[in-house]
Amino acid sequence: MGDYAVEVNNVTMRFNLATQKVDSLKEYVIKLFKKQLFFKEFLAVNDVSFKVKKGEVFGLIGLNGSGKSTLLKMIAGVYKPSKGSIRTEGVIAPMIELGAGFDMELTARENIYLNGSVLGFSKQFINSVFDEIVEFTELAPFLDVPMKNYSSGMVARVGFAISTVTKPDILIVDEILAVGDFLFQQKCEARINQLMERGTTVIIVSHSIEQIERLCDRVAWLEKGKLKMIGECQEVCDIYKNSGRTE
Amino acid sequence: MTKYIKTFMRYRYLLMNFIERDIKVKYRRSVLGLLWSVLNPLLMMAVISTVFSTVMRISVANFHLYYLTAAVVYNFISEATNGAMTSVFTSGAIMKKVYIPKYIFPLEKVLFSFVNMLFSLIAVLIVIIITMVVNPGSVSFSWTMLLFPIPLIMALIFSFGLGLLLAAATVFFRDIMHLYGVFLTAWMYATPIIWDMASMQNPLILTIMKFNPMYYYVTFFRDVMIYNRVPSIPFMLAGLACAVVMLLIGLAVFKKKQDMFVLYM
Repeated sequence: MGDYAVEVNNVTMRFNLATQKVDSLKEYVIKLFKKQLFFKEFLAVNDVSFKVKKGEVFGLIGLNGSGKSTLLKMIAGVYKPSKGSIRTEGVIAPMIELGAGFDMELTARENIYLNGSVLGFSKQFINSVFDEIVEFTELAPFLDVPMKNYSSGMVARVGFAISTVTKPDILIVDEILAVGDFLFQQKCEARINQLMERGTTVIIVSHSIEQIERLCDRVAWLEKGKLKMIGECQEVCDIYKNSGRTE
Repeated sequence: MTKYIKTFMRYRYLLMNFIERDIKVKYRRSVLGLLWSVLNPLLMMAVISTVFSTVMRISVANFHLYYLTAAVVYNFISEATNGAMTSVFTSGAIMKKVYIPKYIFPLEKVLFSFVNMLFSLIAVLIVIIITMVVNPGSVSFSWTMLLFPIPLIMALIFSFGLGLLLAAATVFFRDIMHLYGVFLTAWMYATPIIWDMASMQNPLILTIMKFNPMYYYVTFFRDVMIYNRVPSIPFMLAGLACAVVMLLIGLAVFKKKQDMFVLYM
């Protein structure tokens, strides 16, 4: 492993395009006999390989449906690749969707503990960083309000604050910096920069090419599940931006 | 193996948090709260024993205790397996976003039901004491009562195994969810909960009982609690074997299928 935080080796992710979803046993038996059980297959990610160095900020770009999020979810361990393998080293903080594991009936205070434990933190650890989290969210007056009454920006603040309070080895960021006002976005970027200085490897998916250019060292460009290009940030981004004009 | 234990230790606080949340959500806005876990079996016992001692004329002494001790165990297994069955596919939203060991969900439901059941043990104790006062000599305290955790822990292991199996199967076939309710009712009548095992002569039914795991846990618990006796060693081993075999089957199926879950949510 050595210098690399993430190794993606010939990874393929196959989904069954369930045009008709088989939900019941009866349907299953009928379909089995009619031999309709062979779904159309869809390769969301097709034979992709790359390596991310430790401490690197790595961007993934591509159009909608190019497989960026699927790839991130595989790195985070949510999906298991149909083929190939992924090796990661260290603790991963996934920010694929902020507030995964929030229970909207509970208050923000309760959710900080719940979400922290979803990420594998211990109670003592959450106790020790609780004030830091609250300070970052700037939501202290609303701490005991059920989160169903929060705006989406407020939910995102809490989610971001929890995920980044630890010093993860790998931080996975999927399009989450789009929520929140510009001040909060700046704050998030400052936090990510701070983590990077401390040696965290960051993998970012974003449609904001400016953001990618600002943050990333290297970029991989995915198109229809295949790796189209990988290289230095500016080089790939320039070609990516120009590809839209020529078509 | 050490890897599994390490992961479990990392997520054990999550497990506790989930159980706490379930208890909070279950009793939210109810005035009596957790007290319902004690009251519910008591009220059910009142209904059933009234019906069976007046209308059906059953001849078991202290029928209310005979029923209550069995019902506590049956209700635990039924609630735990039912909860575990739906736990995985209802957690699709969270499973698609973060990695959590997937067995946490059924395990949490089983433990949550176990905690509930521990509260209803208070009801059993209350009824035993009242019966001792009202009808002295019919029940008494005995050292055998201290063995009560053994059948309950066997039932816990069994429920977790069955819960894993059901949870994995239900992800692919939601029908099981509907069928299982009927199955549980049948299972209740197939176990000596409201009928008397001692007066049963039918050899077929006696044979069937040997293959009914619920029978072991219900009888074991009832024997130590109200009859001051300990079941025979082969009887206890049979109960344990059912639990362990069920657990192994459940774990094997769950482990084999768990990577597919997110694709079927």
